[in-house]
Amino acid sequence: MKSLAITIESVHKAYGSYVALDDVSLDIQAGEFLTLLGPSGSGKTTLLMALAGFVRPDSGKLFLGDRDITRLPPDKRDIGIVFQNYALFPHMNVLANVAYPLVLRKVPRAEARQRALDTLARVKLDGLAERNIAALSGGQRQRVALARAIVFEPRVMLMDEPLSALDKNLRETMQYEIRRLHDHLRITTIYVTHDQREALIMSDRIAVMNSGRIQQIDTPQRIYDRPSTRFVAEFMGEANIVAPGSARRIDGAEASRETLMIRAESFHLDAKLVGGDGVALEGILRAKAFRGENWLLTLALDGGQEVLVCIPAALAGGCAELAAGQRMTAYAPAAKVHAIPGAMA
Amino acid sequence: MLEAYPQNRLARILLWSFAALVMAFLMLPTLVVVPLSFSASNLLEFPPQAYSLRWYENFFGSATWMAALRTSLILGTLTALIAVPFALLACISMNRLGGKTAAAIQSVLLTPSITPGILLAIGLFFVLAAQHLIGTLFGVLVGHVVLAVPVACIVLLPALARFDWNQVQAARSLGANWARSIGGIIVPQLRISLLSATLMAFLTSLDESVISIFIASGRNSTMPKLMFLSLRDQIDPTIAAISTLWTVIVVAVVLIVTLRQKS
Repeated sequence: MKSLAITIESVHKAYGSYVALDDVSLDIQAGEFLTLLGPSGSGKTTLLMALAGFVRPDSGKLFLGDRDITRLPPDKRDIGIVFQNYALFPHMNVLANVAYPLVLRKVPRAEARQRALDTLARVKLDGLAERNIAALSGGQRQRVALARAIVFEPRVMLMDEPLSALDKNLRETMQYEIRRLHDHLRITTIYVTHDQREALIMSDRIAVMNSGRIQQIDTPQRIYDRPSTRFVAEFMGEANIVAPGSARRIDGAEASRETLMIRAESFHLDAKLVGGDGVALEGILRAKAFRGENWLLTLALDGGQEVLVCIPAALAGGCAELAAGQRMTAYAPAAKVHAIPGAMA
Repeated sequence: MLEAYPQNRLARILLWSFAALVMAFLMLPTLVVVPLSFSASNLLEFPPQAYSLRWYENFFGSATWMAALRTSLILGTLTALIAVPFALLACISMNRLGGKTAAAIQSVLLTPSITPGILLAIGLFFVLAAQHLIGTLFGVLVGHVVLAVPVACIVLLPALARFDWNQVQAARSLGANWARSIGGIIVPQLRISLLSATLMAFLTSLDESVISIFIASGRNSTMPKLMFLSLRDQIDPTIAAISTLWTVIVVAVVLIVTLRQKS
């Protein structure tokens, strides 16, 4: 099976005055696992549905490999889709659901049955082939939906928040399994989620979307450490956006004139753990909270801005004794201080 | 609902009695023809002085009545077979379009069910006359389909509104074209509503008299048309025997369908 690259070329889609996709262009390599990450209404699902063929772009083009699929009906695209609510067929049993795309492709009965059974085994559903859909748990339904989407060996997979209905533990297991399945099959996959942790864990690359545009597309690490906009910085986790002039260099050199992004967990309370080119933030401790694996301190800088400081419990010897109202300094190493280009604080 | 149920014993008895009265009011006019049909008399009289089956023999022995029965059953079946698929497709498109377009289509489709039957019949008469279809089975069929489509739509619209359309998208993504996703995914899951719609369409045609009076003629006369004509020309208990049989048929069909839904 050969997976295909996906090319999205200046795709635009508006519903009345609401712009769902604002001139989106994106290249996904064959075999890549790319996540569209963004809040609800950011356009990520619209983009996925345009690729699936259920939303017709106002302008722009979509390619699978070098084939233009912009006007191809959904049933001719050979794309496997896993829907948010699974969309299993309740009037068919598990085996019939999984064999359905093969039946449509006129695969002989015996072969279709065997391939469906093999795929069910691959998603660890051996022995459930004859079950009714209503008799399955949420996690099992998720696996049936996955099996049904890969059984016909599509060259591209689209997943629309497939894990959002599962509880936390199951979600983490499935994140691992979906990624493992992808590593095995190497089907080009576009995965939609609003959960940044899920995106970081699963993806080769992440495209962060907001109000119909792609804000940044990069590897999970670079998206997290080097966000190109304030939106990306804040969406990806506990980010502190520090106004120009609030931070000073530890070695006394001139303070940065740029807006800085420092993650809460990048701070240390001991200047010795941070090099001389790191930065120091001084202020008054407003609040502290013990969160099990770490302490969360809220620091009010002299300019009035509040900064979240997260200290791992193992390194937080002094945290328990800190008292609200006390003056203190938090240090961050230069490598963890990121200037956001062109951002206004 | 339960809060409205009276706690007081007397109030409960009164409520049940009132409900029984309403039921009797609804049922009795239909049931009164049953004893009439077994009368031995030549006149419609209640209660009958003596009993016989001569009016049933009269009905089954009459070529005119038998032809009308056949016409009505054929018309009812054809009406259901045409109106229900049409209504299903119309309802799917209304559901998918949504908004003002769907509301406009819906009001046009439902018009025949709210226009007075006599106006519809007059209108149809002129349209069909221009096509030389007066007196033909096809002409009556057109009229009945027009009446049955809104009835079927009223049954199917809410069922489609509850349908999970992601399933159709899923089927499409798996390689099913429109026709296959309707036939393979929507129809099997709506079979109970489709069965009700078919029954309602069939009964709409079976029960229809005004259009039939205007458009049907001679050998194509339907049962209700012949019943009206015979009431006008000669009043004998044959009409009571037919009404009884008619009621039995309708009740039987409804019972069979309802029981099948439960199993």
